[in-house]
Amino acid sequence: MAAVLVQTASAHAFLDRAVPAVGSSVRTPPTELKLWFTERLEPAFSKVRVEDGGGKQVDRGDGRVDSADGVLLRVSLPRLPPGTYRVKWRVLSVDTHVSEGDFTFDVAP
Amino acid sequence: MISNTIAATAAGRRLALGLVCLYAVAAGPAVAHGVVGKRFFPATLTTEDPFVADELSLPTISRIKTGANGDEPAQRETAFSADVTKRVTENFAVGFGASYLRLQSSGEATQTGFDNLEAGVKYQFYQDAESESIASVGVDWDIGGSGSKRVGAEPFSTITPALFFGKGFGDLPQDAKYLRPLALTGQLGIGLPTRASTTTIGSEGNVSIERNPHTLQWGFALEYSFPYLQSFVQDVGLAAPFNRMIPVVEVSMSTALDRGASGTTGTINPGIIWSGNYFQLAAEALIPVNRASGKHTGWIVQLHFYLDDLFPGSIGRPIFRN
Repeated sequence: MAAVLVQTASAHAFLDRAVPAVGSSVRTPPTELKLWFTERLEPAFSKVRVEDGGGKQVDRGDGRVDSADGVLLRVSLPRLPPGTYRVKWRVLSVDTHVSEGDFTFDVAP
Repeated sequence: MISNTIAATAAGRRLALGLVCLYAVAAGPAVAHGVVGKRFFPATLTTEDPFVADELSLPTISRIKTGANGDEPAQRETAFSADVTKRVTENFAVGFGASYLRLQSSGEATQTGFDNLEAGVKYQFYQDAESESIASVGVDWDIGGSGSKRVGAEPFSTITPALFFGKGFGDLPQDAKYLRPLALTGQLGIGLPTRASTTTIGSEGNVSIERNPHTLQWGFALEYSFPYLQSFVQDVGLAAPFNRMIPVVEVSMSTALDRGASGTTGTINPGIIWSGNYFQLAAEALIPVNRASGKHTGWIVQLHFYLDDLFPGSIGRPIFRN
């Protein structure tokens, strides 16, 4: 079974889309951040973090790969005050390729 | 008893999966094809990539019409090429290439045959995720005499040591954020023919001597990545297939340096690359920079496979891993 797993074609995971969207400005503070990737992720080695303008982590620390959708990484958020937030993610796809990146979104006043 | 068997089987599967993941992590995560930090550098068509990877270009097809040169008439050159690169270690790769040419000249019979085979090595000595930069050195060997004289394959070899670099502009300030998807790759090398001149004896016994100059091989590719824009700058709502496209302009040049030769020939190649999960498609125009480079605009298309993504457990990984 291990031989079958490592032989299966699987590309590195790139960020396909996000909610809130990359570079977007939202009026209603989101209760959750969702990131969809192009490949299935290894849950134990895929992380996401949301920081405020001062670099302080503001998410609830429960980032996880969705149990029903292996390409979805999500983390819940408290009520965010207006400002610019940076999302940092680092994921391991099932073929052991590491991808990482970051983007910002705004919560409008 | 049946439920115990099922439970034991499920536990066995979980153990096997855990062992595979542990192996994958202990062996180290794989470095993805042309990825440095957030930047994905696609494989370019007429200039060399700045990274090492397990990859296959099959086919690359090009056509361009060259102008008349002295006694040589104008001719249309169609090339069908294949290139493969294999990583030996994470940062060192070997590559091989072959091209089948079809030369059509007005008033003359069409000539076909293989051009000289090519072999090369490349070592990626620098990469920095923060600045999205990468650099490699390599040597290419155009194997003299391995091709057909009918299509003008040279009887001598040409060795070309070169430097390759790539730089993404993701570190531009916020005010210039829409320029962040830009990236620049380039190459600079010296073509060293193994013979200073080539002597040809014609059918009537006349002897002609053609000198083989050293050449400066240089070029660059400027690309704007829509995937980078969508994933790291701003989701502007591009739908498939546009969200995977990378418009590019390549400049591929050769400058004669000595032995009585001078001048630069080459092409400017605007085009588009579409990058999928396992392969990419690309098409570019070949615009001659001067008459010596060609008479009309040609074209080049390529299907390129990411072997490291297609076969991550076998031929898509380095032969010797850390």
